[in-house]
Formats: sequence, C-alpha cells, structure tokens
Amino acid sequence: MTDATERTVTPRKSPRWLNRDRMSVLLIALGCVALLLGGSLLYPGFLKPGYLLQQLQIAAFLGIIATGAMMVILLGEIDLSVPWTITGTAIVVISASGSSNPLVASLAIPLGLCLGMAVGFLNAIGVAIFRVPAMVWTLAVNAMLLGAAVFYTGNSRPNGEVPWLATQAATGRSFGVPNAFLVWVVVAAITVWVLKRTVYGNYLYALGNSRRAVFLAGARVPLVTVATFVLAGLFSSFGAILLLGYTNQAYQGMGDPYLMPVISAVVIGGTSIQGGRGNYVGTFVGAIFITLLSSILSVMQMPPAARQIIFGAIILVMLLIHGLTDKNGDI
Amino acid sequence: MADRYVELKSVSKSYGGVPALTKVDFRCEPGRVHAILGENGAGKSTLMKLLAGVIQPDSGTISIGGQTVRFSSPREAAEQGTVCMFQELSLMPHLSVGDNIVLAAPRTRMGLVERGVYREAREALDLVGASSIPLGARVSGLSLSERQLVEIAKAVFRKPKLLILDEATSALTSELVETVFGVLRMLKAQGVAILFISHRMHEVDAIADRISVFRNGRHIETFDVGARTTDQIVGLMIGRSLEELFPPRRPPVPDTTPAVLDVSDVSWQSQLVNVSLAARAGEIVGLGGLDAQGQQQIMHAVFGVLRGVTGRIELNGKRLNGLQPPRLKQSDIGLALVPEDRKTEGLIPSMSVALNMRLAALGRAPFGLLDLNGNSDARLRQLIERLALTYGSLEDPVATLSGGNQQKVVLAKWLVLSPKCLLLMDPTRGIDLGTKAQIYRLLTDLAAEGMAVILQSTDYEELIHLCDRVYVFYRGSVAKELKGDQLSADALIAASMNVHLHARAQMS
Amino acid sequence: MTWLRQNAREAIAALALVVLFAAYIAIHPRGFSTYVVTIWSNDGTLLGLAAIAQFFVVLVKGIDLSVGSVVALTNVVASFVLNGSPASIALGMVAVLAVGVACGLVNGIAVVYGRVQPIVTTLATGGMFSGIALLLRPTPGGSIDETMSDALTYAVAGIPVSAIVLVVVLVALLVLLRRTAVGLGLYGVGSSEQSAYMTGLRVNRLKLFAYASSGFIAALAGIYVSMVTLTGDPNIGPSYTLNSIAAVVLGGVALSGGVGSPIGAVIGALILKTISSLMFFSGLPPLAQPFFEGLILATAIALGALGVFRVRSRLELYR
Repeated sequence: MTDATERTVTPRKSPRWLNRDRMSVLLIALGCVALLLGGSLLYPGFLKPGYLLQQLQIAAFLGIIATGAMMVILLGEIDLSVPWTITGTAIVVISASGSSNPLVASLAIPLGLCLGMAVGFLNAIGVAIFRVPAMVWTLAVNAMLLGAAVFYTGNSRPNGEVPWLATQAATGRSFGVPNAFLVWVVVAAITVWVLKRTVYGNYLYALGNSRRAVFLAGARVPLVTVATFVLAGLFSSFGAILLLGYTNQAYQGMGDPYLMPVISAVVIGGTSIQGGRGNYVGTFVGAIFITLLSSILSVMQMPPAARQIIFGAIILVMLLIHGLTDKNGDI
Repeated sequence: MADRYVELKSVSKSYGGVPALTKVDFRCEPGRVHAILGENGAGKSTLMKLLAGVIQPDSGTISIGGQTVRFSSPREAAEQGTVCMFQELSLMPHLSVGDNIVLAAPRTRMGLVERGVYREAREALDLVGASSIPLGARVSGLSLSERQLVEIAKAVFRKPKLLILDEATSALTSELVETVFGVLRMLKAQGVAILFISHRMHEVDAIADRISVFRNGRHIETFDVGARTTDQIVGLMIGRSLEELFPPRRPPVPDTTPAVLDVSDVSWQSQLVNVSLAARAGEIVGLGGLDAQGQQQIMHAVFGVLRGVTGRIELNGKRLNGLQPPRLKQSDIGLALVPEDRKTEGLIPSMSVALNMRLAALGRAPFGLLDLNGNSDARLRQLIERLALTYGSLEDPVATLSGGNQQKVVLAKWLVLSPKCLLLMDPTRGIDLGTKAQIYRLLTDLAAEGMAVILQSTDYEELIHLCDRVYVFYRGSVAKELKGDQLSADALIAASMNVHLHARAQMS
Repeated sequence: MTWLRQNAREAIAALALVVLFAAYIAIHPRGFSTYVVTIWSNDGTLLGLAAIAQFFVVLVKGIDLSVGSVVALTNVVASFVLNGSPASIALGMVAVLAVGVACGLVNGIAVVYGRVQPIVTTLATGGMFSGIALLLRPTPGGSIDETMSDALTYAVAGIPVSAIVLVVVLVALLVLLRRTAVGLGLYGVGSSEQSAYMTGLRVNRLKLFAYASSGFIAALAGIYVSMVTLTGDPNIGPSYTLNSIAAVVLGGVALSGGVGSPIGAVIGALILKTISSLMFFSGLPPLAQPFFEGLILATAIALGALGVFRVRSRLELYR
C-alpha cells in the first residue's frame, strides 16, 4: 500500500485485447487444461467424453448458484446465506412435491423459487435499509434459516418426492448433452446479456465501483440492491432444485459444502471481491475449474482432509497470482 | 549552516505519461518562508509530495542540507526533518486528537508511550491557538477548521527542519490565521525552512519572504515579496491575462425575471442557518466563502442529499423539499449537480468514458434496455462535439483522461438530461487553463440559453469575472450578497472573513 | 459523559449483557452458584478469546473467516503436546502458540504482500488449516494434562479461573492497544490507512502484527478448548468463526476498521453465550432453539444498525 495517495488509475500498457478480465479467464482456462492433462496422467479415463460431460453436468449446479453469488459480489456485497438457502429450498420442494394435496404438489418448484427470493429480499432489507454489513447480516439470515429448517424437519431427513421436472433437468440428457449443462448455458447467455446490455447490469457494475457516484447520478440505489439479492436468492434456489433432482434426496447441511466453492469459482474467475469488476465467462470457467479440481482430488483417493488442504492451497495460489500480477486492482 | 536547505535539480515527475513536473530547479533557505504560487494543477502538490517522500522523482535529484536524498516513504522524510501538512488531511478520524499528534513522533519508555508526550501535544495545540480542543476529543467529531489546526499542531509537534504547509489555512478565520502565522514566524526565527502553498494572495503577502510561481508543471520564476505587483503575479500564474481566460461580461439579468430556483429560510443541523437565495433563468450565481462554511451543504440540501432540512426549496414553483436525486433529475423538475470530488463523487474512475457519460441518463432507457437508448446516445455525441472532449476511445477508463476532460464527462453526463438548473461544486479545481476557459464559455452559453447556473467556487477570480451575483457564506449562513460593481477581490475576502473592509485594511 | 457518547455501543452491549445474565441466573434451576457461574464463564471465555482474535483483524479493516479453523487446529495440536512433565507442557504450550502465530502470519502475508482481500484469503486458508487439523486427528481424541485442566477450569475463592484468565488477557491487551505506539498504530491503520501512511506509520508491519496477534489469541482459545473438553476436536471450527464475527459486531467493533475494543468483543461473545444458555433453560422446544437464536442475533444486529436512521446526510450511507 505504498501508493496510498496515488490511487489514480494509470493507463495500462498491456495491449487492449488482453485486458484484466480476459487475462483472468485465460489464466483459469489454462488451469482447467492443466487439470485435465494432469488428471489424464493419473487416470486414463479422464479425457473420455462421457467423463467430461459428467463434469459439466456437476459444474452446472455450482455454476448456476455462482451466478447469483457473482451478481452480489459485483455489487460489492456478499451472500453467506447460500448454504441454507439451498438446503431450505430442497426441503420445501421435496415436502411440497410429496404433499397429498395435488395443487401444492404441482407448485413445489415455484414454491422453492419463491423461498429463495424471499430469503434474498430479507438479505436485501438488512443490507439496503439497515445498512448492516452484508457479511454479518447474511450470516445471521443463514443462522435463522438453519433454525427454521431444524424446527420444520424435526432434525430428521425430510420425506417427500422429488419433482419429475427437477430430476429430468438435473439428470436427463438431450442429444447426448446433460440437460443441466444446457440449462446452465442458457442461464449464462442471459446473464452475459443482462450484465452488458441492460440498465440493471450497468448499474450493477457502477455501484460495485462507487456507490457514492451512482447515488449522486440520481440512481435508485436501494432498488438495485434489493433486485440483486432477490436474484441471488432465486439462483441459489434454482441450483438447489437441480441439485435435489441430482441427489434425489434432501438432507440437513446439503448446502454447507457449497459456500466455499461458489465464492471460489466467482473470485478465481476474476471477479473482484470488492465489487464492480469481473465478467461472467470467468465465473463460468471458474465453476468448471473447481469441479474438475475436486473431481481429480477424489479420483486420486485422497483422504478428505488432504483434499481440503490442496483445494485451499490451490485457491490461495490462484488468488496470489491475481494479486501479484495486477498492479492496479485488488481481488 | 548552508545557505540552501533544500535544492531540486532538474526534477521531473509524470503520472502515466502525463507530466506533473518538468525539469524543475528550485531551492529554499532555512529561516525563510517561501511561498509557492500557481493555479490548480500547476504542480505544487506534486512538488510537496516529492519533498515529503510520498512519491519519488522520475529523474533529477533532491538534496537536503547539501546531501542528495531519496525518500521512499513519508516516514523516512520525517526522520530527516521534513514534515508536511497535506491538503488532504492526514489525520486518523477515529483516534483522539492527542493520539493523532503523539503517533506522529511517539517517544516510548519500556514500550509504553510516555505520558509527557501528551503534555507536549497539548502545548503544540495551545501554541497554534487550538486551546479549546481537548486532547481526548475524537478527530471525526471536529469541524474542518479545527482539524486544520490539529494538523498544524501535529506538524509543529514533530519539530521539523523543513515544514511544508499545503493550503493549511483554507478553512481558518482571520484571527486563527494570524495565530498560525505567529507560530510560523517563531519557527522561522528558529531557522526552520518553511514552504507555504496557498492561492490566497493576501496571506502570501502577509507571511512569505520569497515567492516562486509554478505553471503547468514548470518553475516559472522566483522573486522576493514586493518585487512584483499582484496583477503581475496573477499574470505569471495563469500565463495570460484574465480577459483572455473569461468570456466577456453579459448584460445583467433584469431583477423582474422570476427566480428558477428559490431557496428560503433553509436550515440543517447547525451547519445551515436560515439560508435564502435565488437564481433566475440566465443567471450565473456564485457561492463563495472560506472552506466548509455551508456552501457545500446548501448544494446538497437542494439536491436532496440531506435529511431533515427545514425551510422551503422551490424550482419553478415546484416544492422540492423531501425529494431525492432520482426524482429531482426527471425532466419536469430538471435539477443537476456536478459534485465536489470528481474522483469519488462525479465519476467512477475505473469505468469507461461511455458508461460514465451515460450514468445519469441510464434510467431513461426504454424497458431498461440500452440498445433502445439511441436518442440519448445521439445527444451524447452532440455534447462530445460541443464540449470538444479529447479522448482515445470511449471504452477507455475515464481515469485515463486529463482532469479537464474528466470534468467535461461529468458535465456531459448531466447536460444530456437538459437540466433547467445546474448546480456546480468547484468544477474547475485541478483543471488546466485551456479547459477552464472552455468551461467558462460553456457556462456562459448555458446561461444565455436560459439555464439557471449556481457555481460554488474556491477561486475568487471565477466568482468575480463569471458570476452575476455572489452569495458569501460564513458559518452556515449568507454573510453578504455581492453584485455588479461590489464584486471585487477585497470585498469577497472581507465578506468571507466576516470583517468589514476598513477593518481589514488596518489588519494587513 | 464524552466517554459514554464515544463508547455508546459498548455501553449498551454491556447493559444488555447484565440484563441477559440476570435473566439466565433467574431461570437457571440452580440459581446463582459458583458452579453455574463457572460453567458460564468457561464457555464465555472460549468464545471471548475467539472474538478477540477476530477483533484484531477487524481492527485493521480485515475479516477473518479462518478464526475457527485456527482454534480447531491449535486445539488438535494441543491434544498432542499438552501432557507429560511440566517442562514438556510448557514447551508444548509454546509450540501451540507458535502454530497460531504462524497461521496468522500466513493470512497476514497473503493479505499484505500478496494483495489478496482478507475475506477470500481467510476463506481459503481456513479450509487449509482445518484440513491440517483433520489430517492430524481425523476423529476427536488425544489427552490433556488433567491437573492443569482442573486448575484452569475450576474456581478459586468463588471466582472462576477462566474469568481471571480473561481479565488478565484483557488488561494486557488494553495496555498494548491504548498505551503503546504499536497499539495506537493499529487503530490508526484501521481508521485510515492513507493518513497512517502519511503520518509515517509502518502500515504493512502493523497489519502483519494484527494478523499474527489474531493467530496468537486464537491459539489461546484453542488451548482453552483443550482445557475444557480434554480432547482435540478438528470439527469445532465453523461455529467459532460465525460467532466471533457476530460477537465483534454486537460488541460495537466496526467492520470498517479503527473502532472498538477487545472488551467490546468479549461482551459480544458473552451476550451470544448467554443467549444460547438462556435458550437451553427457557423451556422452548429444543428444536425451536436454533431458530430463536438466529432470530435474536438478527434482531440485535438490526437494532444496532438503527443509527443509520439518524444519519443526516445520505452521502454517508454511500461510501
């Protein structure tokens, strides 16, 4: 921080096509290639299309959840309520779908999505109105969701039925490609368009960079904040429903292992945790990277503890590369 | 002791290719007060930062007491006796006044800070005339002028050999300025070399022994106080005559024209006290005074930034109280604000020129889709022409533009909405003269087209030569309204210090 | 009076703690007794130390999501080394503290020199630290010297030893933070890094010091966990991380840096502990307790944030 006073951004000398965002995407894509090559040395089946498609299918769950997380991070906030939004949605969907009331059963998926949006709204109230730091408020919301889930399920595994649509979307294939991946690609295309070409997307980036300047430009800052958290909740629920279709069951703590991979996918994809910088392609490739990494670690039959250490170390190294190569920005 | 204390030889410094200082030779002697004069952006602050170790020169050498030095941090500079009182305050807001001063040069015994140091801090405060500020008070709770005093006390406390004061007295009243000057004279007598940066000519006259003028990053000339007339000095600073800088005077707007913006009896907290002012269509109305006397707050009050404002604010007969910026910028009201700090409030430096220019009009895009926003994009293209914006690509970060072009982007952002009343907060701060002249002409043209322009400024010349009327603020209220022939430098200075002209004549 | 105004958040938190503690004593079947107070104090000290560890990082504008993992790791390490002869216990103690400091330094170096944001740094290192703990001891176990455990977890003359330990730590830290140049420097850096740099403070070193101190205190918490549970458990981390953040916020420590004290952090921790103990004896169905705990936490945080409605200039809301 020796340049504390000279925060003015100096023009970058690097060629224009290789800007910071593309650099991040390139880096993470190289990481994916390295993982694939390394994996194929350890395990010959690694480069087979069947295996790769399965990885893309699994990456889709992570990627869809990371979409919402990325929007919140672009805004300069963070959503730590992801784990229990996932679990809560899964519980609601599976119990509603198993309900004897056909109306409730048919509305299972919309109900699940509504839950996600409601959680997002609750997050937004604390952050936009009370101005509680998002990190603390979403943590508290997560604790409440946990409590509600424990209370509702009586601490046992919720019974019910997984909606047919969820199973199809998560495990089915069209033209040999996993549906989950196709869904993710559609989500990705829409997200890229929204971020680039709509007023909302522009405000999102602008707010992440300078709330003050956007407020003084006469934007409705709280509205954008609320919309973003609600969208993030929606994406968490959407991912949870696919996950439910994939695992075919809901259980306490099913969302817990997702918080760190989701944030990692976004951040190593080049999105600044301080907000305002990053692109969705990075998050997309980041989610694939994380999925490949955990897959390789499990193929190598590492004990979970060692897996955790290597996972953390690789994420840290990726972040350090970002931090040390980019003179102007902070991750 | 050597005749020269600090000597710069052929020092250059540039930021990202934009030169801030070019081949500067400069020296100052111990036991003298050396004033540095220059327009904003002339390189004064860069010079100070170089001496204080905040930045390092690209080429050239700096020597102190005959020895070449290269400071890598303010800490190293301070260890060698160079202490700087920066324009952007270097106080830590959540710490007490005492801790702030003591931290600058802590003395410890067995790891603990000696209690006696706080006594010395107290003495330093008393010396600069801040005896009313308790050591235990938190800096965040102090007013701007109190903070400046603490900052000066902190500098004095470190017993400098070279003391640099960068706009150190901008918020101080005349009595306090006199006290501070007393301290400076005392330090001078002790052999301290003092660099004094200010754009207030009368203060320079009162304290300095020698004057150096800087312009566009170059050292233009150095001479003893009294060797040049004020007009000559101003000419050296701006490099041309005032007549070239400012557009010709416009005929006064008749008093019968109804007011566009009508503010009456507005109060807020203790910082605005029953402020009333008005601006008519076609008028440029100035707001002046010392720093932070309420002129910024009244702008914020009008633009809906402040809560709990009492009194009445009307625009073309529409009551604005309680409305916020998203509503105020809509075309039926048509209010726009160019904020004070370009880097944090006016622009998003790391984002593109295009986005920054669109930011205010974004909300008007049909269905929230930018591709359908062709109208305002077309208007923006016209504005780029009209403002003569120079840029590489519209996709470049706006921070890569020069200060002047950055301000043009801020103006374009608002002008695309065709506001009826334009509020400007110190819009020419840190801008080169060419752009300044362009902005003055633009404001005059806008007024001629029927816009009401309100210009808050720290630059007296601007208030005198550009404005039809000037409201001078003092401690949260309008101390005086000056217009026509009353508008002169002396009258402005007197009004902002809240003294009468004849009293000031005796003082100096 | 000025003190009260400047430390309003801490004063309110202390008041809330007194009320909650009174309610707890009133509701507890055994009432006010050395036993009840000792249990309360032991639990409170654990979280209190974790909260102080969090405080150090928050003070310099950081956030530490690895606090719990460091507590778990040092707890596990302690379960290997805190037994045998007094000399080997002493040596073991030094080793555990060194592990804690090392963890803190890893975080600090990545943040200060690697220029990675604290939140993602500690998210990644937290995974690594708890991974190491799991590797060392996949399931809870190990042995701790029981004499020492007894000495540190019981009461002397009706006063819980844990409370004495906590007070000693707090006094030492207050002297460090308020009376030394390093301590004042930490507040300075947290308050405004740029001003601190301009004033001539060694910003990088001070930040490293804060992270190392955080690791040191987290190791103290890890040691104390061993004293209370007599085992090393690699899975205790997450709850400490979450609660330590909640505790510093409740105790009036600003996440924006430069504001707050270790006393506030400890008060916040004791509030959380008292709330969950209250729940336990409140007669609420056990399954409903986690929900109410979360609800109370959220309400407390929202109440603490009511100050935003007194902010008179909206610019201050948009930093």
